[in-house]
Amino acid sequence: MTDSTRITEPVGARAPVRTRASGPVQPALPLSSPRLDDFEQAGTGPFPRFVPEDTAACLDVFRVLRPDGTVIAPDPALENGTGVADDDALAMLRTMVRVRALDDRMLGLQRQGRIGFYGAATGQEAATIAAGHALELRDWVHPALREGGILLHRGWPLWSYLAACFGNADDTSTRGRQMPCHYGSRQYNYVTLSSVMATQYPQAVGTAYAMALQHAAPDRPVCLGCIGDGATSEGDFHAALTFAGVMRPRGLGLPLVLYCQNNQWAISTPVERQTAAASLAMKAAGYGLIGARVDGNDALAVLRVMRAAVASARAGGVPAFIEAVTYRVGAHSTSDDPTRYRDEAVTQRWKALDPIVRLAAYLATRGVLVPGDAERMATEADDEVRATLAQVEKVGPPPIEWLFDDVYAQVPAALAAEREALRARLAAAPGAAHGS
Amino acid sequence: MPPFNIIQAVQDALQIAMRADPKVVVLGEDVGKFGGVFRATVGLQEEFGDDRVIDTPLNECGIVGTAIGMALYGLRPVVEIQFSDFIYPAYDQIVNELAKYRYRSGGQFPCPLVIRTPFGGGIRGGHYHSQSPEAVFAHHAGLVVVAPSNPYDAKGLLLEAVHAQDPVMVFEPKRVYRGPDHGTNWTGHPLGEVPAGAYRVPFGVARQWRPRRGVGTAVTVVSYAAMVHVCERAAVLAEADGLDVEVIDLRSLVPWDVDAVCSAVRRTGRCVVVNEAPRTCGFAAEVAATVGEQCFDWLLAPVGRVTGFDTPFPYTLEHLYLPDPARVLDAVRSAAHYA
Repeated sequence: MTDSTRITEPVGARAPVRTRASGPVQPALPLSSPRLDDFEQAGTGPFPRFVPEDTAACLDVFRVLRPDGTVIAPDPALENGTGVADDDALAMLRTMVRVRALDDRMLGLQRQGRIGFYGAATGQEAATIAAGHALELRDWVHPALREGGILLHRGWPLWSYLAACFGNADDTSTRGRQMPCHYGSRQYNYVTLSSVMATQYPQAVGTAYAMALQHAAPDRPVCLGCIGDGATSEGDFHAALTFAGVMRPRGLGLPLVLYCQNNQWAISTPVERQTAAASLAMKAAGYGLIGARVDGNDALAVLRVMRAAVASARAGGVPAFIEAVTYRVGAHSTSDDPTRYRDEAVTQRWKALDPIVRLAAYLATRGVLVPGDAERMATEADDEVRATLAQVEKVGPPPIEWLFDDVYAQVPAALAAEREALRARLAAAPGAAHGS
Repeated sequence: MPPFNIIQAVQDALQIAMRADPKVVVLGEDVGKFGGVFRATVGLQEEFGDDRVIDTPLNECGIVGTAIGMALYGLRPVVEIQFSDFIYPAYDQIVNELAKYRYRSGGQFPCPLVIRTPFGGGIRGGHYHSQSPEAVFAHHAGLVVVAPSNPYDAKGLLLEAVHAQDPVMVFEPKRVYRGPDHGTNWTGHPLGEVPAGAYRVPFGVARQWRPRRGVGTAVTVVSYAAMVHVCERAAVLAEADGLDVEVIDLRSLVPWDVDAVCSAVRRTGRCVVVNEAPRTCGFAAEVAATVGEQCFDWLLAPVGRVTGFDTPFPYTLEHLYLPDPARVLDAVRSAAHYA
């Protein structure tokens, strides 16, 4: 902590860089150009040691619950000793159970060839849903692949979720133009995903900037940018964190939270091959952001940390970069086979840290759930998925026009000509509409 | 009607757009306090503040990515990429994100924003201050691509772009930023007269130009941006040969004015297309192919192309790389005398 201030002795004290998002509002710090005074007075810091320095900052993992659902350090000053109301915990659990049931069912569908792709959030339900639960509906989400559950948690219909997986005529996310799981809803302020890694991160910065210009602090909408551990290696990640630190509309920090689900695997590449840093969260310091690390399998911990980060950002504090440590217990997608590259024993240990089991056990100790409730919840969720699937699957493919609509606001003449040529061809040979 | 050069016309358009709509913001490297390395944003930060005229970090991916997020949430960003040679760090954001946002979101998230960038050679800029990548972007559905040749069009197209519902890339011919390179008047608007206040030049409408006594009966020359001035000089030289040449300034590349070009070629039967970008897959190739498809029965000569070479852009010998009036004239003569 002190190393960065050792360049000279006699200069005025700089505000310490805060590395935890635990306080209510983090003040915007002045940008720290090298001080000319320091150079004129020509004091010196110690000669660089060229050995790994203490990297304690952002290594600690914040956690509320043990894997068995008991509270690690109940705080009598906080509601329920955990800082989370029972209603909030139960609401999160319901969606987490629903997402698990949905993922299980959709993986089966993909194996049967009924949908073309699926990216499950199995094992990451707490990291996903608790992050979403920390937001208001007016807040925006720039998601990564596994955040679709946030959209359901916001009230988006299951019908729309499933239609997106089939790319059929009811697919409002992409109108049948993208693979499954590229959800999006303008109404629910969830920006349609692309398959490209990390591009959403600088965009989240821009969305937050636009929010800051159009809404006055402290009551501003907040933008949540989501990313996975693999994409932190992309240039866009560096761009986003750079801009997030530098841009201060109206003299305040951006209403932005940059979130990272570190599930430790990018397809077959472990996080150690993405970075030699001791944590992802510590990267925040290099950009003048606040970094924090949280147990992503502990819904209460994620909610607490994300609420603090969101509240600070809403009010004008320095944006935070939050790393949620979790594990992709399943495959990257349905076209992946993790047994070829990783140790199944480790996966089994992570499976024992199941976020749903943990939260359900906690709610049982609270007396909110009685034995059998969690199982009933899962059965109900699966029933809902199956019943909806049976209907959604009957919806037909998108109309031919959707090939050409939405490229531009109006279909330009050249595209209209291509469309008419296709129509004429289909009219002459109707079978061609079904492909060959 | 004050005489403007292209830089002044661009600055004027930005000022008008920012005064009319508080949602218009300008961002890029050095655009604020300094007013841009080409001075196109001079005075804007002073008038509109540093929240709306934003000096960004030196990261094109971040500039365009941030602008996309701004546009999604209702702002109207006008991005400056300092030289189009440096646009490639933003290529992914432009091609995979900006161009596809409306389409990939089923129309839910349109992303109207403007990217201005100076392009082209003739300023002794070597490899990395001279390239012409417009065709690379014209290839990607979802983008509007325009390339004005003069102050009137630069202002009118930029104002059209700021009000468009789609993302627009404006390639500005930096070689003629401050006046035609041969030192004579702007054609069409000889002194560079630019109307005060707002007006718009619609996308996809080409401009035709002929020497004073010409009617455009011999050869149709198609070009855009800085090369328009080269073509116009070639047309004047051709007059001495007794060749009546018409120059079509496309102004927009996506969409481009197929009707104007093809109706002219159907009249002359002879066509030369000029771009300073490399020959292979340059925009001239698209024009030539379309003319071949749509005017085959009228053509009296092969469609000619005059382009830069398929080399990286040179420094010392750039005058040999760039199409000049003599090369264009050669192509015009070949087309005119083809039997």
